[in-house]
Amino acid sequence: MKTLEIINNWIAKDSKVLDLGCGKGEILLDLIASKNIKAVGVEIDDSKINECISNGINVIEQNIDEGLANFIDKSFDVVIMSQTIQVLRDPKKALKEITRIGNECIVTIPNFGHWRARLILLLKGKMPVTGPLPDSWFNTPNIHLCTLEDFELLCSDVSIQITEKVSFDSKGNSNIFTRTLPNFFGASAIYKISN
Amino acid sequence: MSKGLGKVIKQSFKLPSDLLLECGKTLKNIELTYETYGELNADASNAILICHALSGNHHAAGYYEDENERPGWWDALIGPNKAIDTDKFFVVCPNNIGGCHGSTGPSSINPETKKFYGPDFPVITVKDWVNSQALLADHLNVKCWHAAIGGSLGGMQALEWCRLFPDRILKASVIAAAPKLSAQNIAFNEVARQAIITDPDFQEGHYLDTEKSPKRGLRLARMVGHITYLSDEAMRDKFGRELKEGKLNFGFDVEFEVESYLRYQGDVFSESFDANTYLLMTKLLDYYDPAEKYHGNLVKAFETIKAKIMVISFSSDWRFSPERSKEIVNALLAAEKDTTYLEIESSHGHDSFLFAEDRYVNALSAFLEN
Repeated sequence: MKTLEIINNWIAKDSKVLDLGCGKGEILLDLIASKNIKAVGVEIDDSKINECISNGINVIEQNIDEGLANFIDKSFDVVIMSQTIQVLRDPKKALKEITRIGNECIVTIPNFGHWRARLILLLKGKMPVTGPLPDSWFNTPNIHLCTLEDFELLCSDVSIQITEKVSFDSKGNSNIFTRTLPNFFGASAIYKISN
Repeated sequence: MSKGLGKVIKQSFKLPSDLLLECGKTLKNIELTYETYGELNADASNAILICHALSGNHHAAGYYEDENERPGWWDALIGPNKAIDTDKFFVVCPNNIGGCHGSTGPSSINPETKKFYGPDFPVITVKDWVNSQALLADHLNVKCWHAAIGGSLGGMQALEWCRLFPDRILKASVIAAAPKLSAQNIAFNEVARQAIITDPDFQEGHYLDTEKSPKRGLRLARMVGHITYLSDEAMRDKFGRELKEGKLNFGFDVEFEVESYLRYQGDVFSESFDANTYLLMTKLLDYYDPAEKYHGNLVKAFETIKAKIMVISFSSDWRFSPERSKEIVNALLAAEKDTTYLEIESSHGHDSFLFAEDRYVNALSAFLEN
């Protein structure tokens, strides 16, 4: 099952959804069509913001690193943060903030503990450049990479509960391997969390 | 650059009824001067209202006689294939009540006294304007605006449309605006008003009955205003410390280019604008505060809104800074309204809303056409 399908399954009809780092609004568009959600996106990239506007998506230009204090406590049913937390300056604070704003949150992250990343580091002694992590160490936007294990530790550290978790291989599929040893076979993972 | 609108004509409309103003007075025999561009479609669903700012008027785009004349004030954005595309939309821009370019205002004749209204023209509000614009919409067979758009004070009108006539507007673009004026904003307006009122030629506002008018005061008011419309950066880029004659003359005549520019702007304005109208417009700005009736709660003030609203601010605008636009945005979000917000990088200060910067144009057209 792909990420988009899982997000779709986890979101109830007519929900209020905030997508932080919404890009061109692909996830929100899908959810508007299938779940009739009330959508708000937050984005910082000019051209992606314009795509959101063209797509009729409500989008707020805002730098998440400068805080989310303008969003009221529990004002959204679901807050989505897809492939975004690792580019933020303060992921711990961001996690606390999104669980404050949303009744539930859906977070997807790349897994630095994936076997391919481990192998490159072990055998070549270099920072891994892989499909899900295609950038070099000096130009990657991903300044706070972690393994699934690390992420889960941080969640428990700030008393955030993980209610659902699925990990995927590098093609975006969940299989017997990613289910058995997610932190080793999973290239990325999706979590449902709440405080 | 795409071609412009070409020749346009101004039109006039006499309101079918008197208007009960927010101040309690009734204004009679009201005339609105307006322009329209493009064609209203068969189901009257493509009409866009343009709301002008403090010193603006109905002439938003195109020219009257000669293509070399200065085009309308928003010609950069309104026209075929421009941000507000007149091939697709029927664009309406009225001169608001209290103005001095054709619509009923202080320089009109009071039908009861047969004399100029002058300083006795009632103090009008943004709400009064919106009510008069609704009567114009009826006259043009526009039951529901596709959008209302405005910068600065124009943005406040667009926002007010969404609040007061939720079923008559689908979208609004609120540009370089604020939910109410700050003490600093009011202070600048007060300096402008004092410049006019203390000019001996003002004659307590009754100058139209005489040979003189408070041009010096109006000129000074405009010069102060103009400084607040530009950014420090824009002024530095445009003028720096350039000297008109290349050397210091150790006197008080024009020496720096910026002085020359301000004096010129003041001169032009004082010849074409009415001082009582200027007083009225600044007062109207000072009074605007939709949250006032709700004990300062802007979220409550926005409850009636149904339209999709796009708020746009500009990075170098210090008159109505991005922070002020965010007050609108955050209240709209809290009220669970369809909201989009952009903060556009621009060096033109408050005046940025007049320039066709790429990102701004793309966002506006995408918003209007999606």
